Amino acid sequence: MQYLFLLYANEGVWPTLTQEQQEQGKAAYLAYTQALRKEGVLVSSNRLQPTATATTVRIADGKSHVLDGPYADTKEQLGGYYLVDVPDLDAALAWAARCPAASHGVVEVRPVWPMPDHQA
Amino acid sequence: MTEGGDGQARRTADRVARESYGKLVAYLASRTRDVAAAEDALSEAFAAALAEWPKGCPDNPEAWLLTVARRRMIDGARHRQVAETAADDLRELAASLDAAADERAIPDQRLALMFACAHPAIDPAIRAPLMLQVVLGFDAEAIASAFLVSPASMAKRLVRAKQKIRAAGIPFRVPEREELPARLGAVLDAIYAAFAEGWTDPAGTDAARRDLAHEAIFLARLVAELIPGEAEALGLVALVLYAEARRCARRGADGEFVPLAEQRESAWDAAMIDEAEALLRRASTLGAIGRYQLEAAVQSAHIDGRRRGRTDWAAILQLYEALSALTGSPVVAINRALAIAEIEGAGAALAAMPDANEDERLRAYQPYWAARAELLGRSGARDEARHAYDIAIGLERDDAVRRFLQKRQAMLQ
Repeated sequence: MQYLFLLYANEGVWPTLTQEQQEQGKAAYLAYTQALRKEGVLVSSNRLQPTATATTVRIADGKSHVLDGPYADTKEQLGGYYLVDVPDLDAALAWAARCPAASHGVVEVRPVWPMPDHQA
Repeated sequence: MTEGGDGQARRTADRVARESYGKLVAYLASRTRDVAAAEDALSEAFAAALAEWPKGCPDNPEAWLLTVARRRMIDGARHRQVAETAADDLRELAASLDAAADERAIPDQRLALMFACAHPAIDPAIRAPLMLQVVLGFDAEAIASAFLVSPASMAKRLVRAKQKIRAAGIPFRVPEREELPARLGAVLDAIYAAFAEGWTDPAGTDAARRDLAHEAIFLARLVAELIPGEAEALGLVALVLYAEARRCARRGADGEFVPLAEQRESAWDAAMIDEAEALLRRASTLGAIGRYQLEAAVQSAHIDGRRRGRTDWAAILQLYEALSALTGSPVVAINRALAIAEIEGAGAALAAMPDANEDERLRAYQPYWAARAELLGRSGARDEARHAYDIAIGLERDDAVRRFLQKRQAMLQ
């Protein structure tokens, strides 16, 4: 089964870290990504630019409404994701617990909606 | 085929339902994790049994039900597949069910099913109802009436929980050694919650709740039997047996509430108490102390005290101290304070009571106010005691207990 890990953390913290702390942070994510890849469970992953760069789009009355900013203003923001393929929720939760974001933020684990073969 | 008849068909179906329902659901759902589909297929199989069996009961009713249910499940999956399901599902289902078709004995995966129901990803409040439904076949209405919620809302929450098991990929498996204690704790907690719901009907007039206590004991025994050598599983069986043994003694001839200290020993079920004692002793040899063994040991100490005519409050206090360190529960803190009252007096006990201003769960918790009232009364603070009794009486649902509290309040000098 595929699961999406949504990584939430307070994005205001990152710029306040020393260069050394930032290097340590990057190394932790790199090591985690490599571990996922080595076990053959990683489908894809990305880090996202801060929410200040976000734009939301919504169609109302047939017109496109474009707004500056993220969909929801929250204390912790979506900052990246991992898409993994593992046998079940227990395996997914074990991997999610190892993600650095679980220590400095929170990881939401969502099963991916399976599509019939011909649509995949 | 043996001799048939409507009555025998129904009796056989009832017996198989009681003994095999959870086994068949667990087996049918173990690959697909689709508990709802397994339940639907099984209920159709039971309906077919009631029509077919009067002509002659099958030699192996379980296998008969499994064959019919798996056919329904494959048909159902084929139907759904057109709409949404991945083709793999259907192939796997058909293969796994065919492989089992010749087996005489159906592997017992009820334990794995219970671990799925009490998975950390499932809302703790729905774990007990979910287990009662999928392992024992209780309908949502009966569960709702026992847990005092509306049938519609209970049905909705059960459906949601089953969808989560399937969609989130919650596995049907018994956890590995290192995570077993924590995960087993959740299974035992859910069973105890079911028992406690049944236990709150002391008069035993509400059939749904009385059954609930019995079914919870059945589940507790089942877990202890399926994971032998787990001290806490044995501790839970001991605890529920101690409680059940005194069910009838909690009411007098006129239906009045009888506190433990005044219960007639002859009204206790001695055989049940003996069994509880033996289980607790066996648990204690396994060297893994836990909440349920400690609570069972408190029951044992109370019963022993009544039999000897002298209760060892120091030992009981020690058990509550251990429980308090383990759980941090305010309910334990109340009981600990009551034990202190017996040793050091009401003043020390009041100082040890948790504060309802700091823990809002206590504000609507009847035993907290009843304990406070009792201790205040003993320490001579009559007005405060009267006030605390008022709150306790206002919170109590059970008529007999309410009358008991009113009597205690009237006795304040």
